[in-house]
Amino acid sequence: MTNILLIAFVISLIYIGIANRLSTYINILAVQGIILFGVSFIELIQINPINLIFILFETIVFKTIAIPVFLNYIIKKNHIVRETQPFLPDFLSVVIITCIILGSFILSNVITGVFIRKIFFLASVSALLSGLFIIITRKKIVTHIMGYLIMENGVFILSLSAGNKMPMLVNTGITLDIFVSVLVLGVFVNRIGNTFEEMSVDNLTNLKD
Amino acid sequence: MFGIYLIVAFSIAMLTMLNRNKTVRIGLLILFITLQTAITIYAYIHLNEENTRYFKFDALGVIFMCVLTILSYTTVYHSYIYLRHRKDSSRSQSFYFAALIILIMVMTCAYLASHLGLLWVFIELTTLSVAVLIYHERTPLALEATWKYVFICSVGITITFIGIILLSIALEGSEAVNFSFKAIPDQLSQINTSWLKTIFLFMIVGFCTKMGLFPMHTAAIDAHTVAPPPISAFISTTLMNVGFIAIFRTYTMFAHTPIIHWMNMVLFLCGIISVIVSAAYLLKVNHLKRMSAYSSIEHMGLAAIGIASGGIGYFAAIFHMVLHSFVKASVFYQIDQFHRNFRTYLINETGNYFNRNLPGAMVFLLILISITAMPPSGIFVTEFWIFKALFTSSHFFIFILVLFFLTVAIYSLTKNFLHILFNQRQELLPAQEKPNPIETVSQFILLALVFYLGINPPAAMLNLLHEAVANLPQ
Repeated sequence: MTNILLIAFVISLIYIGIANRLSTYINILAVQGIILFGVSFIELIQINPINLIFILFETIVFKTIAIPVFLNYIIKKNHIVRETQPFLPDFLSVVIITCIILGSFILSNVITGVFIRKIFFLASVSALLSGLFIIITRKKIVTHIMGYLIMENGVFILSLSAGNKMPMLVNTGITLDIFVSVLVLGVFVNRIGNTFEEMSVDNLTNLKD
Repeated sequence: MFGIYLIVAFSIAMLTMLNRNKTVRIGLLILFITLQTAITIYAYIHLNEENTRYFKFDALGVIFMCVLTILSYTTVYHSYIYLRHRKDSSRSQSFYFAALIILIMVMTCAYLASHLGLLWVFIELTTLSVAVLIYHERTPLALEATWKYVFICSVGITITFIGIILLSIALEGSEAVNFSFKAIPDQLSQINTSWLKTIFLFMIVGFCTKMGLFPMHTAAIDAHTVAPPPISAFISTTLMNVGFIAIFRTYTMFAHTPIIHWMNMVLFLCGIISVIVSAAYLLKVNHLKRMSAYSSIEHMGLAAIGIASGGIGYFAAIFHMVLHSFVKASVFYQIDQFHRNFRTYLINETGNYFNRNLPGAMVFLLILISITAMPPSGIFVTEFWIFKALFTSSHFFIFILVLFFLTVAIYSLTKNFLHILFNQRQELLPAQEKPNPIETVSQFILLALVFYLGINPPAAMLNLLHEAVANLPQ
């Protein structure tokens, strides 16, 4: 079951490559939240109940509900044009994301001698790199936050494969930090929307020597 | 005790945010500074004691905590002057000081955290609290810089987190994984070296965003340019010390594994490229704050080289960071006055500072001596030790390379500072405002401290420094 869910997760990454509406991105992020909920529920059922509830709360409440709603709010409020405006054609994006997944597949097979399950490693590395790819190739500033969230999902999968070893306090801190940083980034996106006509990275090139 | 500090400091910050009365605000700030001083003295008395399981008053943390406390006096004072001259609304002043208090508190926690995960949490919190301060002027440029700073730091710190997760995966075999800095080194022997190298690389890249070392130095530079000068002083000193402490602790953690030589190579690379990049940009830079920011990058590079060369280099690197903090803080405090006098930061539109503001010009002259490591200043001593460490570890090529680029940096810094001080050729705008000489006293005190610590470091400080490097291979 875990395998199926993680494969679905990887497929959602490819879908992001061809999606060109911002609402599709948000839906994909919400779906990824549900997938992560499924994976963590299956994987962590034997750890202590408080930690489990906490992690489930994180995936469902934060990743699936709060952040997508917040992003929707930002997009509505700033009248962002609903297209993502990539620098590259969609076809090329799909090809590159496929190459990333293929590369992670090869990498996960090359690494030996460590106690890590291949499918987790594959999913997390491809999510990390796809997130970076989205950040680099999209013009809209909102899509940068989405790329960052995809990276965060990759990190989450990696931490699932490690089991749950951090003390509760540290776990809480980490989750809250990520949540707050997304909120802060969102607030600044709002400001950028108020200051400039269009929320594109082209507006952010004034600081230089 | 530390728990009480956190609760009280947090409540003071909240009260500052809610309060709109000027007198009450000053009272709260004095209260907070007293609290900060008290916790620092307490930490020094209870050296090496564990506190609330997650914090430890170890020598390295206490050294930088003292620096932070000294600089928080001056930063609060200069922030007050800065805000008074800008005539900001009471509301925005409240937000400014609340964020400043939170920032100081979070940095104290980051210095003392004895748990790897917790250190990560506090480093991320420093980013978030300093973002409010960088954006204080509410201009489009400030927006751009803040966005870049928060975004790059968040991505960088995510990369560090990957390193921490990889470490926890690698430690899977051992029974109870303990992520305190004390316990990790004992568990590392079972991990193979290529895995250790990967972990170290991920962690270092993330921490470099905070320290301002080569691969991730760009965010800090832009933040310096637009942040209020007292905050630039913090970004460039205590916040970079947070990154330094994180890197130093990571290095200490892995120092007894076979990858130490490889780690040294990585740090050499980061350090040398930082020095080269800063020297190259210093040649063409025309913005006084950006110039100081690049000079900070150069000093961070030197500190990284100090760690990498080992031996006396460890000691010198920490000492260098301490002295650099005092010098760079006084640079930015003076830049605030400079800006009020000229209404610009651009170097080629200024000059003749000696006639316009004598005490400020004296500060710049002393800063020039310190920042370029000329003999009476303490930075000369630490840079001398760093080069000595390079020489004794027989890295002659690196020695020559760094010395060459350092000369380039010194040339540009001297040229720009002398232009500001003595240039009389061009037509200048009349002085907008003659700053009060009393405002320069804090800078003279900090610079005197740099000279004094270099010539005659007190025994207590040397003991702390020796203790901080005691766990490293000599």
